[in-house]
Amino acid sequence: MPNDPPRIRFRDVTKTFPGVRALDEVSFDVQPGCVHALVGENGAGKSTLVKILAGAHAIGGGSIELDGRPVRIRDARHAQSLGVATVYQEFNLVPDLSVSENVYLGRWPRSRLLRTIRFPELHDRAGRLFDELELDVPVRALVSTLSVAQQQMVEIGKALSLDARILVLDEPSAVLTPHELAALFRLVRRLTNRGVSVLYISHRLDEIFALADHVTVLRDGRHISTRPISDVHRDALIIETVGRSLDQEFPTREDRRGGVVLRVEGLSARGAFDEVSFDMRAGEVFALTGLVGSGRSSVAKAVFGALPVTGGRVLVDGAKGPFPSPRAAQRAGVAFLPEDRKREGLLLERPLRENITLAHRSDVATLGFMSVTRERRAAGDLMVKHDVRAASTEVAAATLSGGNQQKAMLARWLQRPYRVVILDEPTRGVDVGAKVEMYEKLNAIAADGAAILMISSELPEVIGMADRIGVMCEGRLMGILDNTNRDVSQEAILRLAVGEAST
Amino acid sequence: MTGESRLSQTMQWLIALRMPVILLALVVAATVLTDGKFAQLDNVINVLRQVSFEGIIAFGMTLVIVTGGIDLSVGSLVALTGVVAAVAMRGTLDWSPAASISFGLLCGVMTGAIIGAGSGAIVARFSIPPFIVTLAAMLMARGAAFILCDGQPVYELHTDLLWLGRGFVWESALGKLIPVPVLVMLVIYAATAILLSRTVFGRGVIAVGSNEEAARLAGIAVRRTKLMVYLITGALAGLAGVLHDAKLMAGDPKVGEMWELNVIAAVVVGGTSLFGGRGSVTGTLIGALIIGTLNNSLNLLQVEHFWQKVVLGGVILAASLVDAGLRRLDWRR
Repeated sequence: MPNDPPRIRFRDVTKTFPGVRALDEVSFDVQPGCVHALVGENGAGKSTLVKILAGAHAIGGGSIELDGRPVRIRDARHAQSLGVATVYQEFNLVPDLSVSENVYLGRWPRSRLLRTIRFPELHDRAGRLFDELELDVPVRALVSTLSVAQQQMVEIGKALSLDARILVLDEPSAVLTPHELAALFRLVRRLTNRGVSVLYISHRLDEIFALADHVTVLRDGRHISTRPISDVHRDALIIETVGRSLDQEFPTREDRRGGVVLRVEGLSARGAFDEVSFDMRAGEVFALTGLVGSGRSSVAKAVFGALPVTGGRVLVDGAKGPFPSPRAAQRAGVAFLPEDRKREGLLLERPLRENITLAHRSDVATLGFMSVTRERRAAGDLMVKHDVRAASTEVAAATLSGGNQQKAMLARWLQRPYRVVILDEPTRGVDVGAKVEMYEKLNAIAADGAAILMISSELPEVIGMADRIGVMCEGRLMGILDNTNRDVSQEAILRLAVGEAST
Repeated sequence: MTGESRLSQTMQWLIALRMPVILLALVVAATVLTDGKFAQLDNVINVLRQVSFEGIIAFGMTLVIVTGGIDLSVGSLVALTGVVAAVAMRGTLDWSPAASISFGLLCGVMTGAIIGAGSGAIVARFSIPPFIVTLAAMLMARGAAFILCDGQPVYELHTDLLWLGRGFVWESALGKLIPVPVLVMLVIYAATAILLSRTVFGRGVIAVGSNEEAARLAGIAVRRTKLMVYLITGALAGLAGVLHDAKLMAGDPKVGEMWELNVIAAVVVGGTSLFGGRGSVTGTLIGALIIGTLNNSLNLLQVEHFWQKVVLGGVILAASLVDAGLRRLDWRR
């Protein structure tokens, strides 16, 4: 149907925030019934574009046409009525209400007399919607009892409950297991077969090549290219995204492993993991991987004293654990960068300066009294050293992009030589260019003689970076694979991750 | 672009200086409306003295509220620590006045600190809301105050004690200038302001209130921090209790009714967020002065007592609304 107008036509879309031009005359088309991937580094303008489409930001200049008709999107409700459905990375569900109530939130069928909710009709309607979309989620269940993947399905069902022509998925895969991801892909395919256009934002190139029909690259607020996926080569896409060639996705590291610095013996935490034992040597990167819920993050937290354990031992150099608190672990030489930077890492409304010095406040204090001058200088130096890009040391941490927030966390911890550095999903939500920088940082930390415990669910990253790989399944460490030559196969890891014993 | 950033700079100054500006406006209005009576030295000193007792406690309460907590027991603690101190001083009448009064002061402050530490320990150790824990402490402390003195105020204390409550530290040609409780308040103000904004401990207090889990994972001793802020507040309630004894020359188990709410009002009017993570001791000082100025000028204007309460409630509401509006502006940057 070459004569059909495009589903979305962005024409010279421009948006300026104080001090930044977030979008600069961006123009491209999204075809009906296609998966259109949107890639770009953090701060490239993807979120801004999506938010304009969803009515969360007002358009600054240019125009948007939907199915050939120019539209001026006023607000989120207007965007919905135009058939634009958006599923953000952070869910907007009420945990203590049922799935049906969430799907039709504020639009519940009411009885005439007392305006009470007609639950039978509500559940019936939601049930029919979910059947039609082939979503396998019990509609009467409370949202709080669902898995993350199921909650995402509910979000998608909710988004599509108002006849949507366009579905925007913002980093939908970050929280999914491979199995759940496959289910999401099948759902997306079913939707495009019915003519829905899907705008798909992801940092993971594998997914984009597996799913997308077209791909658009944005960089620094500008449109770089829009092409059918069949015309795009992986390396070329990376170069376009970051604006320069990356020598290697996974920089190499000289193997200079020293003596054992961390020994974990029979560590258990009831309900999370059981009898986990491994050791780590100085200068080594040890990856702990497994499916979501396999207990890998819990092990990391337990080593850091942030999760109470029910048995076993942790030894760091001379210090004997398990540590009763993160503070004790820190004193013994363990650093920890949590997975969820917003919830577990940053003081979002506080200045960057305070965030960076938080774990080493006494370093810029005399007898407990802080020197703000010294603190500002120290924070500024660390921002330069770790390439944290922000207007000053005094801006609120919330204003930074994901990659810069992660760098701020690095700046917080890498102020002293720690014996063990634990990083939980260090590259989640971080773009390709920043990922490589993070890997280079990892190599530098290892070169300084620290042992690195990296928790990751991205297998290419695990195989590309780790010297040894521990694989967990349902709270047990199923096996440790030697990856000195970076030659462990994804299949070998997955077999352990789903519980098949190693041979 | 520079225009925009200059505008936001002005905006930020306005946001930062809103409290002093409101206070100044109020003082001017009070002076004009009372034909200058408000601005007379005696009256100003009077306002400061009235503010000082609850002000001393409000600085500690600021720390508690910045951690995201609340302490409802302070009013009762003023009564209990006052009675404890009075009993201690009565029992040591044969000592030298200085020794006896110091002993009373020590007993009062220690009692407050211990009960504050108890509340703090429970709040920190178990996940019970501070509202409930300190509500229980409020009831128990009030009851204990009455039990300790059989419901009768403890009189006949050293006459030297009066200096603490009604004396002056500086008498110049202009007259008697700085009442002792006001000096105490200013010292406590300076100490807590430095504690919150310029110490390693204070940073921990802010971090705990801003994001408790992040604070814990940054190696901050969250439980100890919480315990300490309640301990400090309890000790300051004890200090206020002894000063109040000195003002009345008696330990009275009925005093301090509703003080907890007046103290919280001063903190909130001063711009500290009840959600934690954001607040300042200087704001609290100004908040206390705003409330003190209002009370005093309404008295001078002979506004009926009941109407004073209505006005005060309105001011607290207005302050919160203004604060909420400004915060939204702040976020939109």
